[in-house]
Amino acid sequence: MSLLSRTVAVTLITVAGTAPLQADSLDVRIGYLQWIPDQGPVLSNVIPEPEDAGLRGAELAIGDNSTTGKFLGQSYSLQSEVAESEEAAIAAFDAMRSSGIELFVVNAPSGTLAAITENAGESTLIFNAGAKDDALRTGQCHVNLLHTLPSYSMLTDALGQWLNQRRWNEVFLITGPTEADKGWADAFRRSAKRFGLEIVEDKPWTFDADLRRTASKELPLFTQASDYDAVVVADVRGDFGEYVPFNTWLPRPVVGTQGMSPVTWHRVVESWGAAQLQNRFRDLAGRDMNSEDYAAWAAIRAIGTAVTDLNSDSPADIRNFLFSDKFQLAAFKGRKLTFRNWNGQLRQPIPLIHPRGLVARAPFEGFLHPNTEMDTLGYDRPESECRING
Amino acid sequence: MKTLLKQSALAAMIGLSTPALASVAYVSNEKDNTLSVIDTETREVIETIDVGQRPRGILLSKDFTKLYICASDDDTVQVLDLATRKIIDTLPSGEDPEQFSLHPNNRHLYIANEDDAIVTVVDVETKDVLAQIDVGIEPEGMAVSPDGKWAVNTSETTSMLHWINTETFEIEKNIVIGQRPRHVEFSKDSKIAWASAEIGGTVHIIDVDNLEQVHEMTFKVPGVNQDRVQPVGIELTSDGNYAFVALGPSNHVAVVDARTYEVLDYLLVGARVWQLDLDKDEKHLYTTNGVSGDVSVIDVEAMKVIKSIKVGRYPWGVVIDPTS
Repeated sequence: MSLLSRTVAVTLITVAGTAPLQADSLDVRIGYLQWIPDQGPVLSNVIPEPEDAGLRGAELAIGDNSTTGKFLGQSYSLQSEVAESEEAAIAAFDAMRSSGIELFVVNAPSGTLAAITENAGESTLIFNAGAKDDALRTGQCHVNLLHTLPSYSMLTDALGQWLNQRRWNEVFLITGPTEADKGWADAFRRSAKRFGLEIVEDKPWTFDADLRRTASKELPLFTQASDYDAVVVADVRGDFGEYVPFNTWLPRPVVGTQGMSPVTWHRVVESWGAAQLQNRFRDLAGRDMNSEDYAAWAAIRAIGTAVTDLNSDSPADIRNFLFSDKFQLAAFKGRKLTFRNWNGQLRQPIPLIHPRGLVARAPFEGFLHPNTEMDTLGYDRPESECRING
Repeated sequence: MKTLLKQSALAAMIGLSTPALASVAYVSNEKDNTLSVIDTETREVIETIDVGQRPRGILLSKDFTKLYICASDDDTVQVLDLATRKIIDTLPSGEDPEQFSLHPNNRHLYIANEDDAIVTVVDVETKDVLAQIDVGIEPEGMAVSPDGKWAVNTSETTSMLHWINTETFEIEKNIVIGQRPRHVEFSKDSKIAWASAEIGGTVHIIDVDNLEQVHEMTFKVPGVNQDRVQPVGIELTSDGNYAFVALGPSNHVAVVDARTYEVLDYLLVGARVWQLDLDKDEKHLYTTNGVSGDVSVIDVEAMKVIKSIKVGRYPWGVVIDPTS
């Protein structure tokens, strides 16, 4: 017993020794919730996706915030829960809520996110770092829900602009069977219309053969058409898409969810100081930073930027700040990022990458917008029913 | 007789200085691992020197005999002997040195270690690490006031200026400024510090006596999207008349009245203009343009860009040796 209290005393001294420069202190508590449903078996499982995607980005941002906070008497802590089911995710959310946490980053499918948001009550602020569904940005918005992950349409608009400026206007679209594949493909069809692309073939992927052995035989036949400039693949979970490049009927590039892809983040992004973020992340996680990591990181950095200015962790104050002219997030994408005030989406440039290099970065010059060219990506205000700020 | 003597003395002096080359500018090429040496008379690259990996910040010793080079990916500071243009030494630098600044005592080198959130102070003579100071995330800009009292570090992700007392090596004040602060430049009298915030798009004027911001500048380049106006390097004329601010991917340099903080003009240079330096008589300003891989030369009197010089890939820093 006396040994225990001595340990406590020692701990206290250590804390006092590294106390912040300013006496008053504010502890900002943030909850991170993750639930990723099983993707089912995929053909292309050579390079598995990391299971802690998102979580490690959140951890990095907590560290970044804390380094800033130590000069201002502010500290940050993360409570994280990687749940095994939707029910478990919602239960974890409720438990965190009752423990007093009001700021959340959620990396989960849109259904789970909606259930959590419904339960949230007024004094919470939730950042979506896992669901790309356009419906969350065009109709099913919530006053206290912000999105740091781009929507499908932001990604496909980036691709659409790129195809347009390359003048590769005729495309062959292959869509996988999942809801996510359909969401991605719907977004692409809209982008095609916006950017003057013609979908010369629009084919669903229905094959159930193992393409590791037969891709070279099946795909040339599947992609037969008189002509097209590029093949666009909508295969979000990475089932068959990796086998499309180099197996097309015509010698054409493959873009979309495989081949050259529009993404939130990727290890090949290194400009604008991104190399430093990539290094920091690699030191922390022992792997490369991906899109979910970036979205979670950006959410917690947005909170940190607000707290630095406000010296308050009230969700209402933070929300007001994030939608004010004062907010701008420096997030290694070459320009300041801000939130769209109608639906809470973080505006951001979209890198177009192949696995070992950066190809381009949208938005491209020449796609004009009356307010900001960043709003040429995704649903613009007049196209969205959401008005979360009135 | 007397006149004759004087004349010959003068001739001797001229004689002494002529063997030296015309004034040269050194440019670090971040993605080529080289320095380009530019003859400022002919404005041509006369030599390319291999250096360590990812050279970024460069600066001259106070006696102009050495050039220090941050070789970021080699985690070292290299020392180039200017007479022979050979790397003669390396200094301990901490990890990933990006920018640095030399104290007027010509010994204490303050190095921003970008990956480690630390400022390392090294004695360049003994190579001793005198201090490592915890600062914010991604320390970048580094400046020591000409009077030697303050070392200022900017931390990009923390968006702060950290004011380090050069006697105690302790931080005495932190000032939050715009997003992603990149560079600090002191006025010659050490009374005013200029700090650029790249993503904020602002330049912050700090009164050094009170350590308070007295002014915040914004820029509007005609025909350029506001998002692309990203202040980075700053250079001040010693007469206190002008400040030049490199505005990154807007591809312009702002000319500022250094007394009223009014922008007088925007000069179009190469793509993604980064750092800048004035030549000895302050008649020409050299800018590094990272994306276009060249250096622009601005005639300060005419306020016109008169030449662009092709250098290596991603030129980062530029310094002009005033004695050469």
